[in-house]
Amino acid sequence: MKSIVNYFKEIFFGLKSLVTGLRVTGHYFTHPKEIITQQYPENRETLKMFERFRGEVVLLHNENNEHKCTGCSACEVACPNGTIEIIHKRVDVDGRKVKALDTFVYHLQMCTMCGLCIPACPTDAIVMANTFEHAVFDRSKLTKVLNNPGSKIMDGIK
Amino acid sequence: MEETVYKELESEEYFINMGPQHPSTHGVLRLVLSLDGEIIRKVEPHIGYIHRSIEKMCEHDSYQQIVHLTDRMDYLSCHINNEAVCLGVEMGLQLEVPERVKVIRTIIGELTRLSSHQLWWGVMGMDLGAITTFLYGFRDRELITDIFEETCGARLTMNYNIPGGLMFDIHPNFQKRTKDFITYFKKKLPEYDDLLSNNVIFRERTLGIGNLSKEDAISFGVTGPTGRASGFSCDVRKHHPYSAYNKVEFKEILRTEGDCYARYQCRIDEMWESLSIIEQLIDNIPEGPYKAPTKAVIKLPKGEFYQKVETARGEFGVYIISEGQKSPYRLKFRSPGFSNLSALNHMAQGCKIADLVAIMSTLDLVIPDIDR
Repeated sequence: MKSIVNYFKEIFFGLKSLVTGLRVTGHYFTHPKEIITQQYPENRETLKMFERFRGEVVLLHNENNEHKCTGCSACEVACPNGTIEIIHKRVDVDGRKVKALDTFVYHLQMCTMCGLCIPACPTDAIVMANTFEHAVFDRSKLTKVLNNPGSKIMDGIK
Repeated sequence: MEETVYKELESEEYFINMGPQHPSTHGVLRLVLSLDGEIIRKVEPHIGYIHRSIEKMCEHDSYQQIVHLTDRMDYLSCHINNEAVCLGVEMGLQLEVPERVKVIRTIIGELTRLSSHQLWWGVMGMDLGAITTFLYGFRDRELITDIFEETCGARLTMNYNIPGGLMFDIHPNFQKRTKDFITYFKKKLPEYDDLLSNNVIFRERTLGIGNLSKEDAISFGVTGPTGRASGFSCDVRKHHPYSAYNKVEFKEILRTEGDCYARYQCRIDEMWESLSIIEQLIDNIPEGPYKAPTKAVIKLPKGEFYQKVETARGEFGVYIISEGQKSPYRLKFRSPGFSNLSALNHMAQGCKIADLVAIMSTLDLVIPDIDR
């Protein structure tokens, strides 16, 4: 007798548990406003990343096409996997040969977005941009030169 | 005559490969099962498909650079892994970090544990055939990743800790967002019970499956919620408090059954404990600097340093051998996943293949953590 009662009890509680679960899903089915799904990429225009989000590294330029990079290679040293490559040149300043930035090569394909290069920079020349759509059709497009053509260093940055 | 008939009917052991590409192996774990019909006789895990030699890479990286590699091991509790390396380095330098750093590290560590358990809960349901839970788990996890993204700058591989403190201070919105999340999640956590914990199919598939006794848990070195479900009191936060865990009150969740359902319940209860830890700390973040001053090139003194922390999966240890150089001579990680996996064969023997999926889910394996 007891086993029969237990058998029906099990069926009853089993069905009850299923109904409880269905009530939760049913609640969201009837309350579509509580659903938080985002329709990417349709919402690309309105989608805004947080300001600290680490996308790719960019070298900041002002409106006169000037940047703050002195070519000190601190970011290159701080980078764990050789993503940043600084190529130097020698320029004449008051008759002295001084090391300066020639090309700032950035290998996006190797970057792990760890952000160690940003605090390493003594002049705050580089920042992490908020971009995240990095897909391209050719691998070579991921190797970027960050300093604009014809750009030069800002006055007073050493 | 009869004997020969029996011989022909006698079953023969045969082998089957589960993985490396199998949805329930959560990555690239290959299990070689030897079966008798549907009953499992032996499980042999084959690992190495995602080996990246992180320990070797650490030997020529500076101590600041090592931190970001630990993100890539147990990616679901990356903040706690980062913390372990930083604590190890700080131990070597005998550096006292500010109180503010300790509290923030604890809060974010507990948030990481919550997000890891939420993902585990969703995936656990999906392994057993309930896709609904996957979406519900990810819905709530999204709010935590938003908190991380705003403060740390990344959603998964955060790299927020540096030896000596934090990379930058918390975002002004951090406290408000975290409090909002706590009130929200306290309402949503009972939904988890409604959907899965009390579900009859789920209970039938987990109760009494994959038993692990306390003695076996200790001898296999099984830690974390998996070990605690067998009654093995192994919470590093309780026994060897680090960061701000000596300032908060929380229970160590212990169960004695040691089956899949106990492991499941252990994690659900841990989520409540994590919420209470965050609640105790979120209003009491002390003022002060967010990092202690360190040299640009960190050189540890000659010696050996071991630091262990409690990740979402168990005890994670960092063992640094330093020769006084700017990179360690040898760095060994004790990952919880590897030890937990070693108990799989013992637990799965005599079970069916469908039970193996449930057992593996409750072990909460992260394969990059096992392979490194």
